[in-house]
Amino acid sequence: MTPELLEEGARRAETYVATHPAASGNTESGGRTAAFSRLAIPGAVDTTHGRILYLEDVSVSFDGFKAINKLSLDIAPGELRCIIGPNGAGKTTMMDIITGKTRPDEGRVFFGSTIDLLRYKESEIAQMGIGRKFQKPTVFEQLSVFENLELALKTNKAVGSSMVFKLDSAQSDRLAEVLHTIHLSDSVSRQAGFLSHGQKQWLEIGMLLMQDPKLLLLDEPVAGMTDEETERTAELFLSLKGKHSLMVVEHDMSFINTISDIVTVLCDGSVLAQGTLAQVQADERVIEVYLGR
Amino acid sequence: MNASMKPVSLPSPAPLLSRTGWVAFLVALIVVCAVAPVLNLLVPSDSVFHLSDYGVGLVGRIMCYAICALAMDLIWGFTGILSLGHGLFFALGGYAMGMYLMRQIGLDGNYKSELPDFMVFLDWKTLPWHWTFSDSFVATLFLIIAVPGLVAFVFGYFAFRSRIKGVYFSIITQAMTFAAMLLFFRNETGFGGNNGFTDFKRILNIPVATPSMRMTLFVLTGVTLLAFFLMARWLINSKFGRVLQAVRDAETRVMFSGYNPLGYKLTIWTISAMMCGVAGALYVPQVGIINPSEMSPANSIEIAIWAAVGGRATLIGPILGAFIVSGAKSWLTVAYPEFWLYFLGALFIGVTLFLPDGVVGLVKRLSQSAQKSGDRS
Repeated sequence: MTPELLEEGARRAETYVATHPAASGNTESGGRTAAFSRLAIPGAVDTTHGRILYLEDVSVSFDGFKAINKLSLDIAPGELRCIIGPNGAGKTTMMDIITGKTRPDEGRVFFGSTIDLLRYKESEIAQMGIGRKFQKPTVFEQLSVFENLELALKTNKAVGSSMVFKLDSAQSDRLAEVLHTIHLSDSVSRQAGFLSHGQKQWLEIGMLLMQDPKLLLLDEPVAGMTDEETERTAELFLSLKGKHSLMVVEHDMSFINTISDIVTVLCDGSVLAQGTLAQVQADERVIEVYLGR
Repeated sequence: MNASMKPVSLPSPAPLLSRTGWVAFLVALIVVCAVAPVLNLLVPSDSVFHLSDYGVGLVGRIMCYAICALAMDLIWGFTGILSLGHGLFFALGGYAMGMYLMRQIGLDGNYKSELPDFMVFLDWKTLPWHWTFSDSFVATLFLIIAVPGLVAFVFGYFAFRSRIKGVYFSIITQAMTFAAMLLFFRNETGFGGNNGFTDFKRILNIPVATPSMRMTLFVLTGVTLLAFFLMARWLINSKFGRVLQAVRDAETRVMFSGYNPLGYKLTIWTISAMMCGVAGALYVPQVGIINPSEMSPANSIEIAIWAAVGGRATLIGPILGAFIVSGAKSWLTVAYPEFWLYFLGALFIGVTLFLPDGVVGLVKRLSQSAQKSGDRS
């Protein structure tokens, strides 16, 4: 453990004790401050070990068909990881597993070092900080762009607090900023169902940003976008890199070429190859699965 | 990025009602609380302005239906869950009220007994356990809301937790209602069997079949309808209401946005059932009878028809729908009794084919096209 991490841990502990009065005073050690270096705070993602997402030997099968087969994968905080692979390689199923939609038959999925994702429901996983964009843009068609973003906003999402919810000024600013980022400032009051395909994709990305997730899973984010829109999306993703971790599934190789550091190739439910785009494109096995024998 | 950012004007939250909305609301309130009573009780019966007792009874009943239609709109129109079991909640509220009214008969029944007539007829000696609190009006008020609410909550919890959706949910609610009807038909369940409860004499020791009591119940129903309308409006205007619409449009997106749809669906489902219970309780003293036929599948389907005819997801539409369909029904069953059902069928087909947004949708469309042609000329 490095000194920076120790210091950071001490800071976290201090703020935790300051905001949770019950945590101080009656400690196990008889009133003395416990000497903790790394405090496991419930709900907080622990990335001390340099990984925000781990998948370990995950398998799932549907009616005997192994959609995911001993898949192991991990992602660093702030990384932008691209995932490619032929149809049926298990890319979408993998996202289903991470977000709680599908339960794997075996294997472990961890968010940070401490959170076992397999124990949580979809909505809880989303609240912990994993955002997901679907392959087919999914927005609330009958609501306006503004209302779509407002619903996605990171806040208390229980029934009671939704009834009395009012947007405060900081949240309004955040909303305006996201509207600007996704180039929809001129369509604030427009019904989302009337947006173009590309704009819906942007709106959905905007909704993810409103959630302020630590990890974003993006399933074919530029499908159906014009070249200009694709270019803007690439810029956006590159600007998110570092602050957030991203996992992007795409088929558009030129888009991947623009944004990627490391590319993971999935095939038949497990990792086939990993490396820079040039490296994986030169890989014999990758060429084989893409072009066929 | 921020430097180049031009200010975005965010829409401010919508008011509960618009200015014209409030005016219309006040007019409706005055009509219900002042105009109708004056026209019925004070204007002499040979005057053209006199409101007949028949009219009071009819509109009073239809307002009960309108509450059900409003409740249906919350769960079907806004949340996208079609219930074919709202007749059950209506009947449960009605039965809770009916039990109280039966106890109020006291010794004036045919058998001059403390027990309701049907129990004497069945040779029962004591009240069954579930009649324990039926002599208390306060307890009855509580039960009117609590019984439909509890049934809906328990049923809804298991149905929504198992993620039963769409037509499957509708069929299960229909089956539940049918099962309850069969249960209430049986004599030994203690709900008067086939005949249900009737021959009510008093409510709060005041005779029930007088013009002034009829008017009181009418005003009470009208005020309840208006209050429920405001409540529904508030719910739909809040973020809670928008989450409901989001559940209707894309439930998975709602989950991945961090909301657990179970709580939202369960809340609106229970509220909707409670509203129906209140409507049933207001209905029973006005018509003077409650029996298991209120739980027949056709009644629940009719509630959905009111909402569809008036216009789903509009709040005002279902209320209009209840008035249009029930008004037409009461006129046609007198004028052309043989054709009433054909008319109902034709209405439903017509609305489905030509008016997907109901009457309110039609009015909106017409006013929009009128505006457009006005712009052009």
